[in-house]
Amino acid sequence: MRLRHLLVLLPLLALGRAAADPDNYVAIERGKALATAGDCIACHTASGGQPFAGGLALQTPFGAIMTPNITPDNLTGIGSWSKDDFARAMHEGRRPAGTYLYPAFPYPYYARVTRGDLDAIYAYLQTLPPVENRVNRNTLPFPFNIRLSMAGWNGLFFTPGEFKPDPKRSDEFNRGAYLVEGLGHCGACHTPFNSFGASQNDKYLQGNQIDNWTAPNITNDMQAGLGKWTVADIVQYLKTGQTRFSLASGPMKDVIENSTSKMAEADLKAMAVYLKERGAAGSPAPAPLAASDPRMQMGEAVFVDTCSACHMRSGDGVEHLFPTLAGNVVATQDDPASLIRIIIAGGRAASTDTTPTAPSMPSLGWRLGDEQIAAVVTYVRNSWGNAAAPVSAETVKAERARVTGAGD
Amino acid sequence: MVRRLPRKDVVIVGLGWTGSILAYELSHTGLDVVAIERGPWRDTATDFNIGTAADELRYAVRQDIFLRPKQETLTMRNNPSQTALPIRKWGSFLPGNGVGGAGVHWNGQTWRFLPDDFRIRSHYTERYGEAFLPEGNHIQDWPVSFEELEPYYDKFERVAGISGKAGNIKGQIQPGGNPFEGARERDYPTPPMKQGYQQELFSQAATKMGLHPFPRPSANLSAAYTNPYGCSMAPCTFCGFCEWFGCANYSKSSPQTCVLPALIREPTFEARTECEVTKVNLTVDGKMATGVTYVDANGEEWEQPADLVLVCAYALFNVRLLLLSGIGKPYDPARDEGVVGRNYAYQTGSGSLAFFENVNFNPFAAAGSTGVALDDYNSDNFDHAPHGFVGGASITCAHTNGRPIRFHPTPKGTPNWGSAWKKAVHDTYQRVASVGAQGSVMSYRNNYLDLDPTYKDALGRPLMRMTFDYQPNEQKMANWMADRCDEIAKAMGAKSTQINRLGVPWNVVPYQTTHNTGGAVMGSDPKTSVLNRYLQSWDVPNVFVMGASAFPQNAGYNPTGTVGALTYLALDGIFNYLKSSGPLVQP
Repeated sequence: MRLRHLLVLLPLLALGRAAADPDNYVAIERGKALATAGDCIACHTASGGQPFAGGLALQTPFGAIMTPNITPDNLTGIGSWSKDDFARAMHEGRRPAGTYLYPAFPYPYYARVTRGDLDAIYAYLQTLPPVENRVNRNTLPFPFNIRLSMAGWNGLFFTPGEFKPDPKRSDEFNRGAYLVEGLGHCGACHTPFNSFGASQNDKYLQGNQIDNWTAPNITNDMQAGLGKWTVADIVQYLKTGQTRFSLASGPMKDVIENSTSKMAEADLKAMAVYLKERGAAGSPAPAPLAASDPRMQMGEAVFVDTCSACHMRSGDGVEHLFPTLAGNVVATQDDPASLIRIIIAGGRAASTDTTPTAPSMPSLGWRLGDEQIAAVVTYVRNSWGNAAAPVSAETVKAERARVTGAGD
Repeated sequence: MVRRLPRKDVVIVGLGWTGSILAYELSHTGLDVVAIERGPWRDTATDFNIGTAADELRYAVRQDIFLRPKQETLTMRNNPSQTALPIRKWGSFLPGNGVGGAGVHWNGQTWRFLPDDFRIRSHYTERYGEAFLPEGNHIQDWPVSFEELEPYYDKFERVAGISGKAGNIKGQIQPGGNPFEGARERDYPTPPMKQGYQQELFSQAATKMGLHPFPRPSANLSAAYTNPYGCSMAPCTFCGFCEWFGCANYSKSSPQTCVLPALIREPTFEARTECEVTKVNLTVDGKMATGVTYVDANGEEWEQPADLVLVCAYALFNVRLLLLSGIGKPYDPARDEGVVGRNYAYQTGSGSLAFFENVNFNPFAAAGSTGVALDDYNSDNFDHAPHGFVGGASITCAHTNGRPIRFHPTPKGTPNWGSAWKKAVHDTYQRVASVGAQGSVMSYRNNYLDLDPTYKDALGRPLMRMTFDYQPNEQKMANWMADRCDEIAKAMGAKSTQINRLGVPWNVVPYQTTHNTGGAVMGSDPKTSVLNRYLQSWDVPNVFVMGASAFPQNAGYNPTGTVGALTYLALDGIFNYLKSSGPLVQP
């Protein structure tokens, strides 16, 4: 009998933290919205694991890093952390004991977040049910397992300091900048890395490759970026994962499902205004390949046979389901990785409250050879007004090996 | 040992069209809903890949997504004097299996029944006298009128995005549509499908004969469409892999394309697949349901308590579940008493196969619902007095596919193999058109469903026994329709035609149609019906039974449009029930 009482009490104790301080409700809700904008859940949740309990292996060029448990569990999570401890991790990339965190945790971005916002996030995280989940935090090989080396990295690549609004810009622009450069950490995927795994600030938001997906140029560049998108297009994309130009897939699908589709519309608009107004950069458009080029002819044959039933002969696709390829910037990025991998391995679009369907692109790698994929990718990159460098069968072969894990 | 699970507000048996619609609508209001489905989960993205969906051997020949007799079968006989034997390979009809049910593999012909169909007994009696009705019939009026059902037909058509051409909007006859249809509030959500050359010949010939052809309403969509649940569909590509296949192109309306994407986002909804409900549990006095018992994939038995039980399985299996659970009085044909199992009906098929010269019909460019139809001979749209039968048929010139393994029509007398067969296939493939009549089947005292006295399933429960044959009225009707089809086929310019008459006695082996109706019919009188007009059990008011099992008799159309409309009507009833428990209709 006593045991049964104890069992009944246990869940109550678990909820105790959240219930303890009802006056904090507003801060907690604000913290939840900020944690959503930061998409913390994406990295801090293992596939099939408890939310925020960590254990996801982040692949970096230096090896895999397992994300930590950020539920308020005292032993395996951050239950014993103070809000100063939390702020230090976010602002400086240091744990309470002073040891260094790796920048796979994008503290160079979170350093921009105001202390008030960090305290709200902290308050929210402390209301989560504590999950006991011990994560091996030392999976990197030598010499990268020496965390002290990050002190040197910080000296070279890390600029501390909270976000400073630009008084010459509108409040909306500054709000967008704060979100994109700070919690949103958009640049963590969309900015190329240098060989030390640091974002190259001179190529900020000009596109990068993540997990064999192209994170496209999101400057206002006409050729490869958001130049043809309106502010409303960008808001719609972040809200639903789709616009008349594009249908999100890959890691961005998760960002939309977990984060941006749940953000306030005013914040999405601020981000869009910032992205549209901050400037354009990208490589100039090449001249499109001639339709008579043998690669284009082969590509067209593959396209008509395999792709046109859904994407239409005109490349226009079908709204909400099959993305248009004509004018689609993912198709014309310098890096063709996304286009290649989605043909090889397929993909799935985001499901949101307004657009629940989440259509899929089937894997076609089993029936198209490297040369056929190279040809059809080249064709898509150079048809209907698109123009981008041709893709070779060798590039496809290498990508196929990475995506499917099949060696030579 | 049965283990009891925590209570839910609603338990749904079967996650096909009706189950998924009710699950979405009810969980969307915040109710805790669990759907228990015998078959596997099925999803467009994972199960119907464009690269593998068009596999005729796997899906059409080996019937990959259909129910296996091992899961459930029934025994069959043509009349009460025979001994029924188990069906060991599904043939005449093919029940679906898994999430989406038959809504996955259907062709997509989505009809509204005609106004006269709903008051059929009154109408025939008024026009021809009661003596005109066939011997031994159980023909009865529906407890709802077409006018009452119209808004619910509209709801289902919007959710499914049906492509068609209205024939009657608010009483105004629309050129190009079906002039016989009941008045509708507005047109179909998407325009009619494009038609083939044989449909063009049919339209010309029929029009010249004074008939009224129109493109039939189709759940293979003519245009991109987003439904009220936010689910999106793409225009049909006419690939010719509809019936017996899942659609990989998001073009065929199904629970997968139209409901599930929204449903699975509902936080209070849960689906338990590969779990078979064995019984609806009742209170000791039998007046209320307390939930269901089911067996999971490991053979473990569970009790799921719930306040409301919605029986949404296939028509035949709804009836069996009621019989096994003791809900409603089983039908006894000897005394002509009881209701559960009463008024089982089916569908007639007859027509004319037409062989042409110097044409290319391109049968491979097709969809499940491409076709031009006419209703001049359906319901009571023509004078039945000289013909001596009741009922009618929709007549359609349709082609649904030109698939390589199964589609090789040859004229009668062609050898079944060898070079003569090959030559006949070569000569005929592009040059054959079909004009078919899909006819009504009335209900009769001796066509019914009950529990088999001999055969049991793997769990030791009696199989259901089907006693059915086409009665003289249906034979007369279907064969008269075959002659009408043949007239049109000849007028189309066919070089030769072959009349297909109704096969009697009804044979369970060759595929005919999966339009099994009745057995748990809706009505105004508890003595002759299981359900009231909201598909609520007369006997156990927290049990509602969806599906074509509610049809008092079958009309000359495919059933799904009416099944969908009845589901939305029942939903209104369920909302009322939730406000004030108890019977929604006093007998």
